[in-house]
Amino acid sequence: MRVTITINGEPVSGDVEPRQLLVHFIRDTAGLTGTHWGCDTSNCGACVVLMDGKPVKSCTTLAAMCEGHEIRTVESLEVDGQLDPVQMGFHELHALHCGFCTPGMLMTTRALLDANPDPTEHEIRTAISGAICRCTGYKNIVAAVRWAAEHEATTRQEA
Amino acid sequence: MQTPAPFEYERATSVDGAIAALREHGPEARIIAGGHSLLPMMKLRLANPEYLIDINDLHELDYIRVEGDELRIGALTRHVDLLESDLLHRHFPVFRDAEEVIADPVVRNRGTIGGSLCQADAAEDLSAVCTAAKGKVVIRGAEGERIVGMDEFHVGPFMTAVADGEMLTEVRLPLRAGGGSAHEKVERRAGDFAIAATSVALWIDGGRIADAGIALAAVGATTVHVARAEELLRGKAPSDELIEQAGAIASEDCSPIPDGRGPVDYKRHLAGVLTKRALRRSAARALHTEA
Repeated sequence: MRVTITINGEPVSGDVEPRQLLVHFIRDTAGLTGTHWGCDTSNCGACVVLMDGKPVKSCTTLAAMCEGHEIRTVESLEVDGQLDPVQMGFHELHALHCGFCTPGMLMTTRALLDANPDPTEHEIRTAISGAICRCTGYKNIVAAVRWAAEHEATTRQEA
Repeated sequence: MQTPAPFEYERATSVDGAIAALREHGPEARIIAGGHSLLPMMKLRLANPEYLIDINDLHELDYIRVEGDELRIGALTRHVDLLESDLLHRHFPVFRDAEEVIADPVVRNRGTIGGSLCQADAAEDLSAVCTAAKGKVVIRGAEGERIVGMDEFHVGPFMTAVADGEMLTEVRLPLRAGGGSAHEKVERRAGDFAIAATSVALWIDGGRIADAGIALAAVGATTVHVARAEELLRGKAPSDELIEQAGAIASEDCSPIPDGRGPVDYKRHLAGVLTKRALRRSAARALHTEA
């Protein structure tokens, strides 16, 4: 079936089987391999993208279900060479080790800050409770999100 | 790679259209909403529908509202909205208790109450919540609607009263004065299915329990409705001794199996302890004495 999905503001079309998962449409049809395909069971959160601004697990969403919806992937965070404050926070505070969970962590926490610009540590930990960092680097990830919250205004101004 | 077996896909534009498609394609057709129960089952070939009818565009099934003496919840209402609804929380705090520990926030953005109930997994929380709250479900087919209580809705493990050509459209919860409710769950990890969980609703009138609802998740082949403990509570003033007895009944009347989540005696113990805790919190909420 013909499916057209708006990904990072651009319509992407492909002939796909109805059973194709969103994660594979993003990686194979759109060629955006920043979104990672992890556990495939909606447990690990590596494949999280934003659907109409809300984080969803793209391994447990059919591509066909996303026609007419706006998808945002990790590639959309950096604009004209300027990193998103969440990316800067992960960089500043060493919030990744192997990096496999990072795209999902970035999109999950970007959505958190969009909804709640000043989250507590508990709120951050709740938000990422559906995202597994197998390097167990949660302490730095939480700190990086706090960094992003605190620097959101200034980093945006400089941009 | 985990991918479902091939199927055909259609996006419904109306409830009637979805029902017509269900009738046309018979037992091999399934409704899909959030997909967070069905797609994992399809990946594992535990479910093999040949035809999927996507109801995510049916916004008329996405609501929480009071109508007359009932609170009505549309089948497409997502977990995140059940969690955040102040209206629902005011009448049935048991929902927020449960939603805080159902899966994780990202899954809760997609999963729906209709999907959770129709999955009919005995370990799933909302089936216990709706049973304790004395809920009924509206099942619609080509011939019209029928209203079914939660006991009749659960036919067996992963089986409901929803027949071929029918779909669940609404959950109805009776509103009564003096209500208090709570959900208690123990799980292995954040967001996991329960090792055991208890939902309780109490209605207290003049210091006595006018009615009680108690249901357990994950300790039976289907949701366990602890009618014997409800019977014990009715007409009596809540007391430590009474709650102790009701907990003991919950522990006796469940039928857990040993598995990776724990042995039988541990699950029975949990069912008793969680029932007592949920009863205490429900009573405190009904009497406005919760700390």
